[in-house]
Amino acid sequence: MPIRIQEGDFDLSSEITSMRKGDPRVGAVVSFLGTVRDMNDGSSVKGMTLEHYPGMTEKALQEILDQAKSRWDLYQTLVIHRVGLLLPEDQIVMVAVTSAHRVEAFAACEFIMDYLKTAAPFWKKEDTAEGGRWVDARVTDETAMSRWEKK
Amino acid sequence: MKLELKFFASLREALKVSEEKITIPSSVKTIADLRIHLFERGGVWAEVLANGKSLRCALNHQMVDPSTPLQEGAEVAFFPPVTGG
Repeated sequence: MPIRIQEGDFDLSSEITSMRKGDPRVGAVVSFLGTVRDMNDGSSVKGMTLEHYPGMTEKALQEILDQAKSRWDLYQTLVIHRVGLLLPEDQIVMVAVTSAHRVEAFAACEFIMDYLKTAAPFWKKEDTAEGGRWVDARVTDETAMSRWEKK
Repeated sequence: MKLELKFFASLREALKVSEEKITIPSSVKTIADLRIHLFERGGVWAEVLANGKSLRCALNHQMVDPSTPLQEGAEVAFFPPVTGG
């Protein structure tokens, strides 16, 4: 399954192993791992709860992967995103792509993450010393996404 | 027209509702019209759906613009800008 939304943790290394297993065309694997920080916007973060929109999330992620595949020569793509309660240092998200060459793989992995940040329906609520607060979307994420708009 | 509404994250919390079935008058034709229709309930609805509040909307699981026409039986979701990853 190239898209998984789950509460449980995942193992990056074994995911990559199974992605490229039996596919000798693969010459490059690029992955991204997002993790929970203990500080955000000047507040210490004790943990966070991730909410999503079941049904839409899977479709939005599939659309992102389809777009990546239409732009670059990729063999496999994988997104795993966790939901529920997460603590500092926990893994939140992984993206991995396989390709014949690194240039496609690097670009596609970054594209998928940038796109996910602005188009996939996930929301973070942080538990801070000052109480719970919903994380505000960052303008820098929109800027990162706009780099990929076709001229 | 009948619709199924969904609310997520800070909206769901503020409105204290995550989903609702609604029948709208025929004058409500677009996503923007629906936002105004719900805004006119007043109270907390007027607060969270006020103009200038940054909101996103999905129609049948697709992110859409305010000018998008509504469809019979559609699932319409309102939520704040996404913050995953």
